[in-house]
Amino acid sequence: MLDAGSSAPLTLAPPRSQWRDVWDQFRTHKGALIGMAVFFALVALVVLGPHLWRYDPNFIEPDAMKMIKSRNQPASLAHPIGTDQLGRDMLARMIAGGKVSISVGFVAMTISICFGTFVGVMAGFFRRLDGPLMRLTDLFLALPLLPLLLVMVMLFRDALAGVMGPSLGTFLLIVTAIGVTSWMQSARIVRGEVLALKEREFVLAARSIGTPSRRLILRHVLPNVVSPVMVAATLNIADAIITESALSFLGLGFPPDFPTWGRLLFDGLPYLQQYPERVFWPGLAISLTVLSVNYIGDGLRDALDPRIRGR
Amino acid sequence: MKLRTILMGAAAVIATAPAAMAERGSDGNVNVIYWQAPSILNPYLSSGTKDIESSSLVIEPLAGFDEKGDLFPRLAEDIPTVENGGVSKDMTSITWKLKKDLKWSDGTPVTSADVAFTYQYCTAPDGGCAQGAHFDGIKSVETPDPQTIVVTFTAPKPNPYLAFVGGQSPILQKAQFADCLGAAAPTCTEQNFHPIGTGPFVVKDFKTGDVLQLEANPNYRDPAKPAFATMTLKGGGDAESAARAVMETGEFDYAWNTQINPDLQAQMTAAGKGHFVNAFGTLVERIEMNQTDPSPDLAEGERSTVKHPHPFLTDPNVRLALSKAIDRQALVDVGYGEAGRPTCSIVPAPAAYASTNTDCIKQDLDGAKKLLDEAGWKDTDGDGIRDKDGKKMHILFQTSTNPVRQDVQALVKGWWNEVGVEVELKNIDASVYFGGDAGSPDTFEKFYADVEMYANNFDGTNPEAYLAGYLCSKIPGPDNQWQGENIPRYCDPEYDKLVAELAKTSDMTQRGDLAKKMNDMVSAVGMDSMALIDRGRLSAASNTLGGVVVNTWDSELWNVQDWTRIK
Repeated sequence: MLDAGSSAPLTLAPPRSQWRDVWDQFRTHKGALIGMAVFFALVALVVLGPHLWRYDPNFIEPDAMKMIKSRNQPASLAHPIGTDQLGRDMLARMIAGGKVSISVGFVAMTISICFGTFVGVMAGFFRRLDGPLMRLTDLFLALPLLPLLLVMVMLFRDALAGVMGPSLGTFLLIVTAIGVTSWMQSARIVRGEVLALKEREFVLAARSIGTPSRRLILRHVLPNVVSPVMVAATLNIADAIITESALSFLGLGFPPDFPTWGRLLFDGLPYLQQYPERVFWPGLAISLTVLSVNYIGDGLRDALDPRIRGR
Repeated sequence: MKLRTILMGAAAVIATAPAAMAERGSDGNVNVIYWQAPSILNPYLSSGTKDIESSSLVIEPLAGFDEKGDLFPRLAEDIPTVENGGVSKDMTSITWKLKKDLKWSDGTPVTSADVAFTYQYCTAPDGGCAQGAHFDGIKSVETPDPQTIVVTFTAPKPNPYLAFVGGQSPILQKAQFADCLGAAAPTCTEQNFHPIGTGPFVVKDFKTGDVLQLEANPNYRDPAKPAFATMTLKGGGDAESAARAVMETGEFDYAWNTQINPDLQAQMTAAGKGHFVNAFGTLVERIEMNQTDPSPDLAEGERSTVKHPHPFLTDPNVRLALSKAIDRQALVDVGYGEAGRPTCSIVPAPAAYASTNTDCIKQDLDGAKKLLDEAGWKDTDGDGIRDKDGKKMHILFQTSTNPVRQDVQALVKGWWNEVGVEVELKNIDASVYFGGDAGSPDTFEKFYADVEMYANNFDGTNPEAYLAGYLCSKIPGPDNQWQGENIPRYCDPEYDKLVAELAKTSDMTQRGDLAKKMNDMVSAVGMDSMALIDRGRLSAASNTLGGVVVNTWDSELWNVQDWTRIK
C-alpha cells in the first residue's frame, strides 16, 4: 500500500514481470543453468554448424583409390573427429545427425504435449469425459510402445514416403508415432491439476459470473497448469530423442543415408573395439542432450512454482 | 522325452567312455546360430537359404553334393549313371533305388511312393512351389516297386540330377503331407513346422523365427551317428553378434554366414576360440534391376508386375551405365576382404559353366555418363539429376539390414549420384526381406523398389535350374503368391529358347557355351541381374567342433551327422 500522505518523493520500484521472477529463480539452480548452456551450445552447433563446417555428411570420394585412403582416419585438422569406414567426415555427420535428432525431439514433444494437455484438461474439466478419456489413456499406457512403433513404421513408411519424399515422410511418421505414443503421462498430470484447480475459489468466482467453459479453461485453468506441463515437455524431448535413437539403432527409423545420432551409433557398433570414438561421439551427444534437458526441466519446475519461488 | 534322451545320452557316455569312436548322442548338445531365423521347415514353400538349410537337418534328398561338388547318395543306394544303367542311354529317364530298410523318424518305412508324392506336391496346381525349377521337364515319376523310382523326362535330359537332389529338393513323407497339396500347402502349419524326415535330427520344438530344437533321430540309418544328442539352432541377431558368439564368447559352436567387415574378421580370429571357414562357390552378391514399375501409385497387385514396364531400367544402356559406374574391387576391399572377389557373372563357378566376361570390373564413370547421354537421359533443368520427358531418374535401392550391405549401398549411391542419378536408400530387416511372406510388402520377391541387392547361389554344380529361374514364366506375381525365382522380371523369348536348348544338350562343352551365353544375356552384358561380388561362404566354427567341412555346393549343414566334440 502506498502512503498517500507522505510528502517524500515517491520512488517506486519498476514493476517486475512474472517472467523476470521466474528467471531469477531459475538462475539460482546451477544445474539448470549449466544444462541450458550445454543445450544451447548443442542447438547452436547443429543450426550454425552446416554453415561453418561445409562438408557434405554423405560425401564419399568417387575415386576408389582416394576413398580407400580416406577411410577410418583418426582425428586431424581436416577431420576433427576423424572419418568413418567410408571416408565420410564424422563431424559433418554429427552435425547433420543432431539436426534430425533434436528436431525430432522438439516436434514430437510439441505433438505429445498438445495432445496430452488437451486430453488432460478435457478429462479433468468435464466429468462426463473423464471416464472414457482416462480409459483411453490406460489403453495407450498398456500398449507396448516399441513393437507398436515398429508396426507403424512398417505400415506407413512407404505410403508417406511416396507422398512427401523419403526424408520428410519418415520425419513426419516418426514424430507422429512418437508423439501419439508419449502423451499419456502429461495427460495424467494435467488431469490431476485440473481436478484440483476446478474446485478453487477463483474458478468458482469466474463461473458464478457466467464465464463460459471455454474461457474458464483458457484464462484460468491453463495458465495454472503451465508449470507441470513445462516439466513434462522437457522430459518428453529427452524421451523422443531416445526413442528415435532406438528406432534408428534397430535400423527402422530414417533411411540409411540419413544420419541421425541413433543411426551413427548403429553404424559405429561393428567398429566399437577398433574405433570406439565412432560410438563415443554420438553416444555423448545423445546423453548430453537428454541430461541437459532434464536439468532444465528440473530448474523450470522450481522456477515456475510460485510457492517455491522467492524462498 | 527330453529326460529320457539325456539319460540315454548319459548312459551312452558312461558305457563307451574308453572307446575312441563316438556313439550316437555321446557328445551332448551342439549350438548353431543362424542369425536369419528359420521361418518354416519346408523348402518347397520358401526359397530362403536359412529355411532350406535348417530343413536339411530333418528331411533329405536322394542324393547330395559333397565339398568338391561331386554327387553322393543320401537316401539312394548309389548314384545312377549311364554306365551303371541307372540313366537310360537316350537320357530320357533315370532310375533311383532307395537304400534298404530306410525308416522315417516315426519308424515307418521310406518307400518310392514318398518320392513320387514329393513330385506331386511340388507340381500341384496353385501350390506356388518355391523349387519348381527342380521339377521342370519331368513327364512322370513312376514307382514300379517300393524301392525303385523311375523319373521320365519329356525330352532327353543331360543333367537328370535336379529333382530329388540337393537340399532344395528333399523327400517329404506322403503320409504326413497327403492333405497339403496345392493351395492347402501353406495352411498345413503342423506339417511345415514339424516335418517327419530321415535326416540325422528330428524336430523337438520349433518356434518360427526364433529357435529350433532338435534331437538325434532314433531311426537314423547309421547307428553310430549323429554324435550329438541334441541340437539347438537359434535364430536372430546379426552376422556380427553371431560371429562373436562363436569366436569371442564361445556360447555357440557354429555360426552361419558371418558376413562381417575385414578388420573385424582379423580381430575376432585373434581371440583364439574359433576360426572362420571359407570357400568360394556360387554365391554372388548382385543388384537386381526391376524390369517392371514398382511405383506406389499403381494399385496393389499391379506394382512390380509385368503389366507395367519400368520407365528406364528396361533400357539396356541405362543398366550398363549403372554397372559401369560401380567399382567392384572397392566394394570388396571395404566390405568383404578375403571373403569376396569382384565378378560380372551370376554363374562364377564351376569353371565349365563360368563366363569369362570381366568387362564390368573396371569402373568407367565417363563411359557411364556418355551412355546415359546417348540413351536420352540428360540433365535439362540443371538440378544435377538426369531426366527425360519430364521424368527424373530416381532409383529406390533396397536391401537387407546389414552393416556391410549398408556400406555398399552408400558407395553405390555415391557413384550413381556422380553420374547424375538420384538414389534413395532403404533397408529392411533380413528376416522380413527374405521371409517370403506373401502378405508383406517388403520381401525381395515382391521387389517394391527399382533395384535391390542380395546374394543368391545354386545348389550343386549344374546351373541349369538356376538359369531356368530367369524364364518368363518364373516371374513372381500375385497369381503365384510371389513365389517365382525370376526376381528382376527378366523376359526374353530368345533366353527361353536357350533354356530349352540347354535342357536337351548333353555335350559338356556345348552346355558350358550355352550357360555362358545365357549368363551374359541376363548378367554380364544384359545387366538385368547385375553381379557384383563372388562371395565365399564365410562361417565361423568353434575350435572344439570337429568334422566341419564347408560345402558351397549344398546345404552348409550337409555333414552335420559327422560333427563331433573335440575333447
